Amino acid sequence: MIGMDDLYRELILEHYRHPRRRGWLDHPDVSAEEHNPLCGDRVRIDLRIENGIITDARFDGRGCAISQASASMLTDEIVGMPVEQAKQFSKDQLLALIGIPLNHNPVRIKCALLPLKTLKVGLYGVGHVPDEDEM
Amino acid sequence: MTANVSMILSDIVALRREFPILNQSVNGNVLAFLDSAASSQKPRRVIDCLEDYYRRYNANVHRGIYRLSEEATFAFERARGKVARFINARSQREVVFVRNTTEAINLVARSWGDANLREGDRILLSIMEHHSNLVPWQMLAQRTGAKLEFLPIDGEGRLALDNLDAQLEGVRLVAITQQSNVLGTINPVAEIAQRAHAVGALVLVDGAQSVPHMPVDVQALDIDFLAFSGHKMCGPTGIGVLWGRRTILEQMPPFLGGGSMIKVVGLHESTYADIPARFEAGTPAIAEAIALGEAIDFLQEIGMDQIYAHERELLGYALERLTEVEGLRVYGPRTTDMRGGAVSFTLDGVHPHDVAAVLDGEGIAVRAGHHCAQPLHAYYDIPATTRASFYLYNIPEEIDRLVVALRKARTLFG
Repeated sequence: MIGMDDLYRELILEHYRHPRRRGWLDHPDVSAEEHNPLCGDRVRIDLRIENGIITDARFDGRGCAISQASASMLTDEIVGMPVEQAKQFSKDQLLALIGIPLNHNPVRIKCALLPLKTLKVGLYGVGHVPDEDEM
Repeated sequence: MTANVSMILSDIVALRREFPILNQSVNGNVLAFLDSAASSQKPRRVIDCLEDYYRRYNANVHRGIYRLSEEATFAFERARGKVARFINARSQREVVFVRNTTEAINLVARSWGDANLREGDRILLSIMEHHSNLVPWQMLAQRTGAKLEFLPIDGEGRLALDNLDAQLEGVRLVAITQQSNVLGTINPVAEIAQRAHAVGALVLVDGAQSVPHMPVDVQALDIDFLAFSGHKMCGPTGIGVLWGRRTILEQMPPFLGGGSMIKVVGLHESTYADIPARFEAGTPAIAEAIALGEAIDFLQEIGMDQIYAHERELLGYALERLTEVEGLRVYGPRTTDMRGGAVSFTLDGVHPHDVAAVLDGEGIAVRAGHHCAQPLHAYYDIPATTRASFYLYNIPEEIDRLVVALRKARTLFG
């Protein structure tokens, strides 16, 4: 069981209150939206891709602090990253990025991983998304 | 501000002691369990009842000619009788044991629905239904070509019945919840049943949220089916009830095929047992049914009127105190009139999951999400709500703690 202070570290609250890359791109090269039916969280990610590199990223959506802060940090992280590297971005890398030990919290980990799932749906295309366990 | 509510249940301290699970701390605070609408806690005697069956007389029912099996069969059927008396059924043959409310409704949809509905027939529901009283009818409509109609709600979250008679045209079945699991609204099912019967429609009532919390009398309501779950009324999981009007149940074909539900079995065809066995294929949840009977004894010794009054008092206190939290919006009726103790709300700027997590940090268990009522949340254009729900073991101090924790959530995320 992780405590409140672990769950809502200042970094999470900061990104929740002031998300870095909220919005849409005009004519994005990749756009994907995913939902978490359990809690109604929704994340959309738009990407600009040039020469195999992600050159710009925006997210939109609504949801809990964990899902929205995760989206903010993830989109910040992937700008400048080669597409092939972003495709390999793992669950553990995301959890390290947001700094919350959610591995044993089956409910809230879905909130944190929703942006990563959205990113992968965008990059792989629907139907080729790895399961949560494989991410 | 501290609670100054006079408790209806005079010895609430002793009552709470009957529930072993309440005597624990969560994150350094005494557990405040405010999620009984999802599943209630169990008194010691229900837990003991389960153990007693497995330790002393575990055997299959309706089979063995030996003492253990006879004792198990007697206890199982006695539980059926307790259920029948609890809801004032005319006969215990009208009580079908199932797993839960969802299975009870699916049974009616599969058995009565497939046999009776044709293309163009209508089924009338409401937009406040739990998915368990929606999806089975969608599936039935897809199989038969029947159409679904929906009763709307008004600004207070009550059913709008102004156009009921017009909406009943061509309707063969009305399936409606007696108490919304999100809004707490208690629906006038007796009135709806009367008007539905006038056009020859049957009435199924989802009693998952009402049967545990108030007196429910199927004859007084004059309905045709009632579905409810044991685990929300101090009983175990895995046991629920479909009550049906005898003349209707007797005309219905079986739902699942197998043991127990037959009379004579040949290689190519079989004849089916009388009700209720016809609908109880396979070994039932014996221990759970017996323990549900024990839970009913427990509730009736306290009195369903008393339980309803206790929760109404808690509800009134909660509705009043929650207005003190800035940015909080309660969904559903604002008064305790025709309203049960499930209070769903949103808090400006804080997602319901975050609210629930902050409350959990204070040892307060609530539910966050769409509560299996997505269409209702879509109607309000909100992704989710946080819900606090009350039962006989809750106390005003828990509502005080809820209010303090909600203020803390506002501060944290504000």
